Amino acid sequence: MRSRSGRRAAPAVALALAGAVTAAGLSGCAAEPDPGTVTVLNSATDTAEHEANQDFFDRCAEPLGLRVEQVSVPADQVASKALRMASSDSLTDILELDGSELPQFAETDGLRPIDEVGVDTSGLSDSANALGSHDGVQYGVARSVNSLALVYNTALLAEAGLEPPATWEELETTAAALTQGDTYGMAFSASPNADGVYQFLPFFWSAGGDEARLDDGAGAPALQLWKDLVDDGSASRSVVNWNQQDVNDQFISGRAAMMINGPWQVPVLSAQDDVDWAVASIPVPEAGGDPVPPIGGTVMAVPRNDGDREREENAGRVLTCLNSEENQLAWGERVNNVPTRASAAAAYREQNPELAPFADLVLTARSRTGEVGTRWPVVETALAGAFQSVLTGRQSPDDALGTAQRQATAGE
Amino acid sequence: MRSRRLTRWLFVAPALAYLLAFFGYPLVRNVVMSFQEFTPRTYFTGEAPFNGLDNWRRVFDNDLFGDALWQTILFTVGSLAGQFTLGLALAVFFSRRFRLSGFVRAILLLPWLVPMVVSAVVWRRIMDEDHGVLNSFLGTVGLSSDGVPWLSSPSVALLSAILVNIWIGIPFNMVILYGGLQEIPRELYEAAALDGASPWRTFRSVTLPLLRPVVTVVLVLGFMSTIKILDLILALTGGGPADSTQTLGTLTYQLSFLQLDFGQGAVVGNVLILISAVFAVLYLRVNRADLRAGK
Repeated sequence: MRSRSGRRAAPAVALALAGAVTAAGLSGCAAEPDPGTVTVLNSATDTAEHEANQDFFDRCAEPLGLRVEQVSVPADQVASKALRMASSDSLTDILELDGSELPQFAETDGLRPIDEVGVDTSGLSDSANALGSHDGVQYGVARSVNSLALVYNTALLAEAGLEPPATWEELETTAAALTQGDTYGMAFSASPNADGVYQFLPFFWSAGGDEARLDDGAGAPALQLWKDLVDDGSASRSVVNWNQQDVNDQFISGRAAMMINGPWQVPVLSAQDDVDWAVASIPVPEAGGDPVPPIGGTVMAVPRNDGDREREENAGRVLTCLNSEENQLAWGERVNNVPTRASAAAAYREQNPELAPFADLVLTARSRTGEVGTRWPVVETALAGAFQSVLTGRQSPDDALGTAQRQATAGE
Repeated sequence: MRSRRLTRWLFVAPALAYLLAFFGYPLVRNVVMSFQEFTPRTYFTGEAPFNGLDNWRRVFDNDLFGDALWQTILFTVGSLAGQFTLGLALAVFFSRRFRLSGFVRAILLLPWLVPMVVSAVVWRRIMDEDHGVLNSFLGTVGLSSDGVPWLSSPSVALLSAILVNIWIGIPFNMVILYGGLQEIPRELYEAAALDGASPWRTFRSVTLPLLRPVVTVVLVLGFMSTIKILDLILALTGGGPADSTQTLGTLTYQLSFLQLDFGQGAVVGNVLILISAVFAVLYLRVNRADLRAGK
């Protein structure tokens, strides 16, 4: 009796199991969000950052009768998350991307040109607008931007009777003079990823290097400069492993007298009492030249939503409010980045004199994707390969850039 | 009769559905993708035009592919050899009961419990050329005065990555092999002792042959998890310096998630699958031969 009923039950169990497996595979479709809500995909996973963002969103959305909901994922996952959302038609109303990722998305025709949703970007700086553009069309708006500068240990420089270096030659002599015992004169990031390349660009570009033609010879002196700093012992050989965070750690622990870094380190630098610091402009090859650092930061874009233009309009209204002079200034001060509206930038410069070099640098800063567009990730990898093989003594600067150019243009 | 056959199939159905949905579909999809121009645009439009062998040609033309393949082989062979030898030595050591042996064995499991990325970050500090504990230690005992460029020299970095991976893999090898050793009947050792066999002879003629099925399992599982290594390398060296620690795993990551060229990334993924498949088949054949031999 028992065995018979058992046998009869068996197919039912098997069926149920098979059904459960199929059901599990089909579930997970997103529900359509509420019409009064504007959704945002960003990288504000840090609680304080998330709340700061929400604070500004609420400030803008409430008077419009809207609500803003953030979806935050780690910065290096924003692009792939956005792609997955796009393939399931559940992309957020606002997409906050790193400026260097914008062309990849603009190229897909998945983004709405920003003026079509009523955002006026005419009052923003040229460099900021370049960051949000692709092929001459503006898709993204940057609330604030950052760049790189030279941060130095004021006590160590004063002790040695030195001024922060303004030229490459001064950089080499100053770094050598400051190198003592456990302290290197200079620290920078030469890691084989976006961090290292971001730090290499101010030298490469200031020397006249061209990311579309890496092997034209102009960029080689920049590689030589980095190589000399390491060979002279003025910078650690470990720079090839350091990301920008590591560089900051070295500086704070007193193991580096000068470093290249960005304004996002300011909260960490201000929170410690071990090292007194100040900011100077990036050294240039020849006295009197303009430094050309990269411009960094995120841009907010509005994905196309042909089925519901109302949502696009709402997103545009929120963006317009976020980029008012007052909000830009408050946001810039909150995240230590430079506002992109000229009037807000001027006010920022006045109120934060110690960060003024950053405010000046973003004026001459250049967008990484302005010239090569969607090819930037490939160029970035090639450039990283170049400085890594030069710093580890595998190739001369000219050879390394030759290899890099071949890599960057392979398959074209 | 017919209902019986149906019942049989219904029992197989859940497993079959699961395999098809979670192994078959992604596998086929990955192979198809490697013949397509699969870019961010695809996610928006759903269009992925076929481009023949373009992706394959571009991957094989990439100098980095050859380097990454060779380094993956070195990394896998080096890691497995180290993990297995040390794991077996420790398993044999702990199979003799002594005071605190259980406690020490438990401590040795720790590297296994720590997430891979955490281990890698810690090791990055330990292996720092200027201030790492490892170089300070070597300097103190007088083995190296200059400091070894563990992670900053292209000629050493791969070795460092292998050493860290060995450290991570020892507990797994030790635990499984220890379990295998417990299964070997005591009488065989007693008989060997009566015959006057030396410890080495006992190990070779009793322990190793009886441990063989466990050894193959350990090696195959170790192989599968080592060949596709990604997180350890990303956190330890990021593939550098000068691409000296790039593996097929990091290359796929670079192509798919940094350059967003999913077609080329799929090609490297397929190469990895192919290598794993060869080993899986070898393992099955060895197993079948063992079964036939009545082992």
